[in-house]
Formats: sequence, structure tokens, C-alpha cells
Amino acid sequence: MKRRKFEMAAVPGNVARGVDDRFQVATPLRRLLNKVFPDHWSFLLGEIALFSFIVLLLTGVFLTFFFEPAMTEVIYNGSYAPLRGTPMSAAYASSLDITFDVRGGLIMRQMHHWAALLFMAAIVVHMLRVFFTGAFRKPREANWIIGSLLFWVGFLAGFTGYSLPDDGLSGTGLRIASGIMLSIPVIGSWLTSSIFDGEFPGTIIISRFYIAHVLLIPGLLLALIGAHLGLVFKQKHTQWPGPGRTNDNVVGERMFPRYALKQGGFFMVVFGVIALMAGLFQINPIWLFGPYEAWVVSAASQPDWYVMFLDGSTRLMPAWEIYIPIGDGYVIPPLFWPTVVLPGVLVGMSVLYPFIEARRLKDYRHHNLLQRPRDVPARSGLGAMAVTFYLVLALSGANDVIADKFNISLNAMTWGGRIGLLLLPPLAYFVTYRICLGLQQHDREVLAHGVETGIIRRLPDGRFVEVHQPLHREDGELEYVGWVVPKKMNRLGALGPAIRGFFYPIEKPAEAPVSPAPSVDSDTERSEIASGERR
Amino acid sequence: MTTTHPGNAGGDQPVDLDDPDLSRFDIVRAGAREDDIQIVHYEPQVVPGSKAERRLSRTVALFFLLTGASATAFLAIYIWWPWEYELGYGGDKWYTPLLGVTLGISLLGIGFGILTWGKKLLPKEVSVQDRHEGEVNERDRTVTAQTMLYMADELGVKRRPLLGVSLLAGLAPVGAVAAAPLVGGLISQPHKNNQMFTTGFAPTEGGQKVRLVREDGRPIRPADISAGGQITVFPGIDHGVSNKYADSPALLIHLRDADAQEAREANVRIGHDDFMWGNFAAYSKICTHAGCPASLYEQQTNRLLCPCHQSQFLITDNAKPIFGPASRRLPQLPIVVDDEGYFVATSDYTETVGPDFWERP
Repeated sequence: MKRRKFEMAAVPGNVARGVDDRFQVATPLRRLLNKVFPDHWSFLLGEIALFSFIVLLLTGVFLTFFFEPAMTEVIYNGSYAPLRGTPMSAAYASSLDITFDVRGGLIMRQMHHWAALLFMAAIVVHMLRVFFTGAFRKPREANWIIGSLLFWVGFLAGFTGYSLPDDGLSGTGLRIASGIMLSIPVIGSWLTSSIFDGEFPGTIIISRFYIAHVLLIPGLLLALIGAHLGLVFKQKHTQWPGPGRTNDNVVGERMFPRYALKQGGFFMVVFGVIALMAGLFQINPIWLFGPYEAWVVSAASQPDWYVMFLDGSTRLMPAWEIYIPIGDGYVIPPLFWPTVVLPGVLVGMSVLYPFIEARRLKDYRHHNLLQRPRDVPARSGLGAMAVTFYLVLALSGANDVIADKFNISLNAMTWGGRIGLLLLPPLAYFVTYRICLGLQQHDREVLAHGVETGIIRRLPDGRFVEVHQPLHREDGELEYVGWVVPKKMNRLGALGPAIRGFFYPIEKPAEAPVSPAPSVDSDTERSEIASGERR
Repeated sequence: MTTTHPGNAGGDQPVDLDDPDLSRFDIVRAGAREDDIQIVHYEPQVVPGSKAERRLSRTVALFFLLTGASATAFLAIYIWWPWEYELGYGGDKWYTPLLGVTLGISLLGIGFGILTWGKKLLPKEVSVQDRHEGEVNERDRTVTAQTMLYMADELGVKRRPLLGVSLLAGLAPVGAVAAAPLVGGLISQPHKNNQMFTTGFAPTEGGQKVRLVREDGRPIRPADISAGGQITVFPGIDHGVSNKYADSPALLIHLRDADAQEAREANVRIGHDDFMWGNFAAYSKICTHAGCPASLYEQQTNRLLCPCHQSQFLITDNAKPIFGPASRRLPQLPIVVDDEGYFVATSDYTETVGPDFWERP
């Protein structure tokens, strides 16, 4: 039989032709390869969450191979000597086995936990970025809502996850969760007993949390993340204002290859940082907490950081019980307000915010250009208010530790938190508003009169004036366009350009340009400079 | 060394792909134009064959080789390092940190290698793409709307109201059918066996009073606790010391004389005359706020603090909440000493133990 000559070089072309014949992918693929993405460091925050989620999926699958989601009582007989012979649930025993008897199990567990903490942190920081720059405005309201939901679904994922080991700390958390469910008026006891199948703790909650944690919640997260990314792709990313950037275009890089390479590299960096943290920083040492026993707890029992603000709100809540004198009498316990109503209000406020703002400003246009926080003082003030509110709650969630370490009265910490929760947010609003106006003012001033040169001139009549370098030649003012205004002479090329290279120059430095001559313009009259809200 | 290709040089005409003078970049740029993308700035960062390029290539290669070395180290440590737990200080304590460091370095190596490759070696570009979202296609909107309305006409629900009504009446129960097994399977009557109001200290069916026992199951004599001391006690029944009776644990406190006097008077005020035995009082350990064990007892002030949310209860005043979010006192367990000299519970707690709920009173 005569062998046909096989041409290696023709293979990729032939395969590609064959694929396109069958699936007609050339056009959509070209569109994908060409898609333009704007670039800014702050656009990478959401990616950290996405990458952490991938790490969570990978490490989580590993953990399921060894975890036993059962509350059956067993006597521990593993390698960890201090707990040998202790009765505990199978869930806790298998978590100890992952830690001590599965080779490399501890680092997987710690990677999973650190990735979860990073996931939530990245979501919050990304959300702040989107809020303060106005990226949630029309047409992106839907994605803002999906993002807010992602926080709460992530919250549930985290809570169900750290409850699974059934150790002393997480069992206490579960106990509080059952108390929270009980506090809901009318249906509380029915809800709790349905979820726990009887009285707390029952024997089934770990199995139920397990299926929620490994199937239902991740499925929901995947769907929401998919929708979130799909919308970013469809609606195209927002961009900062700047030269050539308008509301109707996207200025940046095509997605392939450079942008995609940078994303891939960034994923590996996030992955690597999680691995380093997992190796070097201990997280949730369940073997020190012992198995959950309803009568054991220690001081400084704090939940994961993203739950801490609710712990704080619970601690600050005054003991206001509402008694309803009908029949035998009914109560709404004080626990209900900070743990059920507050999160509900927070979800509602974040979901509705884009619509409230649009209504207040009567602004129903499309916005694809971001705003600098200083240009929208009211929104930035609100954001600062929310952050302050959150911080007071989160710090109050650890007020016993703070009281202990700094030798402050615990009750004083609680009262400080109660008062601070009411006083500090409005203060933050006011301060932020004023800072925004001040920054605006300074931008306008530089545009009108130029950059401070640091050169002082003495006039013939003995007065001293500082020479300013105007940013334009003609008379009149430059208009502010919502982007960074240079405020230092070296931004205008007064210094030599930065030399590229980390340890040594990778190219010959260019000749430093002569610093621009200070203007002899002795116009000391200054006009009033306005500031205010921008849309 | 800047090579800027001014965009749109060839106008909007599609390029002739068979033109032999056409470079590959020309085709790329023409393709980009078809997606409304102008490549307005395209600047190689390094001159091919230059010293800078070679140096950057070496840097990238170094990163990748670092990854290889570190990943190999990871494998070697994973296989040969002693990893099994030993009590005390042993090599196994280094196992996880070493794995983390080698894994971290190998991943960071790939990451920085790729980043350097992409950021330093690939040409920099600025492209501008149109968004096209302002252009509303009114024609398409109308056509789509009419198509959908026509579909509704075809179904003819308006003309045939019976269909609509019967559809609703017939299919609504199907929705309920989907929910029924879930609700029916999960729902659980909270007041079965009066479980929310009883604990392990309830006298047995034969009227036998339940003993107070320690964590190891031994019963307790008054002499076991010195004045000012306290101990966690459990119902002396099968599985009494376990999470099965999560609501039962109590704190048995031996008050000093003056405090005991005060506590007794407070007891009498609310009709709990014989709840204490001598200077001993027992209070539920389960916080009435969220259910944590309120277990930090401050001997000097007779306050009991719950470490979860810092509710504080004054033992000498019927464990009344005096600070923090708890709104209800800790239930008191009435106790006496039986014929054999051990503590027993006279009856169950007379108030509901644990976190508050709607129908509690």
C-alpha cells in the first residue's frame, strides 16, 4: 500500500477548516479575539473574587473526598493524640482526619478557608469600587443587583461551610443561627424545628448544610457569576474618562493576546498568594476548639470576618423585647432586629440604590463613563456613611477582644459602639462631602491658574508671589472633564522621564527635557471657583 | 522605535485578502475594523533581537524555571517529608508551611512569568471600539413586539377565556405539587412532646427526681463545691451529658453567706421560695438571648457573662439581665439534696430555657 505523504504543517489549517465547516465559528471567534477591554487596576478587584471562587471549587472537591457529613457519635481514634478517646460527631472526626491523617489535607483545608475569606473580601472591595465610581448606573443596574446577591449567597456559602466541621466554635455559631431563626415572629419555632428536624442541634443539620454547601449554593453562585460575567461582556465594561474616551466607545486593548495573558498571570498570582497564606498562616485550627458541646464556649469566639458585622449589631442591640398581650401573650425578641431585619434592610437598600439615585437626580441616561468619587459628593458621602456603619458593627463584633487587649471596660465598648453607630455615619457623610468639595475646588484651581511650581518671586513692590505654571496658553479656563488633573511639575515633564527597568535600566534613558520656563504672568486676580454635583 | 499605525488608513473598504503585499497585521487591522474597532496605537515594546528583548526573555524563562524547581521541591516534600502528626515539636509541623511555600512560589512563578511576557514583551496598543448601545433599532423593536403579540393572538386566550381560566385552575395545583414533598418532608412540629418547654431535668415518668451530675457523670454533694465556686451540672439520665440535651446544662453556684441571703430574698420576691438549697443555686447555662452557654462567672460581683454577645446576668437578683441584649432572666433550676446526700432537681425549670421565640409565654 502506498502511503500518502503526510504534511505536518497543513494539519492546523485543515483542522481549523474542518471545524469551521461544521460549526461556523470564524466570525464569532474573530469578534471574541478582537473585543476591546478598558484597563485600570481597579477593574481587577472583581477578578480576585472570581479566581478565589475557582480555587474554592478545586479545593472544595478535594475536601469532599474525605469529609463525612454525619452527626453520628464516634470515638476519635486518629493521629491527634490530645483528642484520642473523645466522643465526637463523625463530621468533626473526619475533619480532624483531613487535618492530620490525609497527606496534604491541612493545606487544602486552609487554602479552602483562605480562599473563602478572600472571595468575600474581594466582593466587598469590588462593590465599593463599583459604588464610588458610579459603575452601577443605567444600563448596569441588573448587574449591580446580581453582585449584591452574590455577597449574600457567598455569605451563606461561608456560613454553611464553616459550620460543617462541627467543632466547638462553629457549633456555637450554629446555636446562634438557630436562635436567630427562632426569633422570627410567628413562624420562628416552626422554621427552626423544620430546618434542624426537631430541637437544636438534632442529628441531621450537618447533612443538610453539606448538600447546601456543596451543591445548592455553589450552583446558585455559578449561575449568578455566569450571569454577572455575561452581562459585563454584553454591556461592555465601563471606562474612566480621558483622552478619546466617550460614552459611546471603549478605549483599551483587544482581549487577545495581551489582555488575556495578563488575566491568566493574575489568576496564577492570586492562586499563589492563597497557597502561601494557606501554608504560612493558620486558619480555623479546629483541633484546638474540640468537638461541639452545648455547654462549652470560650471568650473571643468570633465568626469569620464577613459575619462579624452581624455579631456586632447583635451585641449593640439594647434589650428591647416587644410583648404582645393577646391570649397567652407573644414576644418579638430583641435578637430579631439586628439579625433578620437589619440584613433585610441592607439587601433592600443596596438593590434599590441605583433606582433611588436615578430618581433623585432625574437621570435616566446611559452611563458608560465612570465618575471620580470627588465629583459626586453626595454619593461618596453615603458610601462613607455605609462603610462607617459597617466598621462600627464589625469592630463591635470583636469588642470583647478589644476590651481585653486595651484594658477598656466591656460595657464602655458596648456603649461606645451604640453611640458610635448613630453618630459616626452622619459625621463621615459630612466630612466626606467636604473633602470631595475641597478636592474639586483644587482641581478647578489648577485648571484655572496652573500648577504650583514652588518658585517664589519677589515683586518690585516687595510682595512675594508663587509662580504658577498654567496648563494652557490662551486666556480663559480649561474645562474639567472628570479625569485626573496634573498637580505637580514632574507630571508635566519637569523631571526626566522615569527610566524603565527594575534593578537596572532596560533602555537608555532619554535626555531630560528642559524644565518649562515659569510663566511671567503676574495675574494675581483670582476668580471664584465653583464646585458641586456632577451627573 | 515607535511604530504607530494610524488607523483607518485604508478607509472602510474591505481589504483584498489575496493582495500579496498585505501583511498579516494589515489583515488583523482590517478584521478589527469589521468589528468597529480602530487600532489607533500599536507600539512594540522591544526591538526584535535587541539586548532588552533577550534580557526580558531570560527573565521570563527564569520565572518558569523557578516554577519548575519549586514544583519539584513541592513533590519531593510531599512524598518524603515526615508528615504524620507527632505530639510535641517535630518535623511534621513544617510540612504544611513547606508545601504552602513551594506551591505558592511555583504558582507565583507562572504568574509573574506570564505577566512579564504579556506586559513587557508584547506590543502595547490602544484600540477603540464602538459601543453601539445608543442606536436603538426601532424597526426591530416593532417587529419583535408585533411577533409576540401575534403569538398571543394565535393562542387566542382572549377569545377563548375558558382556556385561560382552566389553565390557571388546572396548573396552579401542579405548582403546589412540586412544593408539597419539600414542605411536607421538612416540616416538623416544634412542640412535639412539649420539647421546647422541657429539659432533661424533668422528673422521670415514675416521678423520680433527676440527679445533678458532673461532666463525667458523677453525682454531686454540697461539700464538693467551696463557697464562691461553681460547676456545670447535667441531668443524671441516659445521654444527659450530651448535645441531645443541649438545653439542660445548668450552673450550680455555691454563694457566700451574704450573697446567698440576697439571692434568697430575691427568690422569695418572685415566689421561688424553695428553689435554692442552703447557699446553693442553679441557673440554666443557656443564654436567653441566642443560646450560647453563659459561662463566665465573676465571683466578686456575682455576675454571669455570656461571651457571645456580652449579656450579663445578676445571680443575686434571680439572674436578671443587667447589661447587653438579653431581655429575660436565666431560668432557675429548683434543687434539693436527696437522702443519699446528692443534689437533685425538685422539678424541671419553671421557665422556658434558651433563646426567646414568638409563642414562648
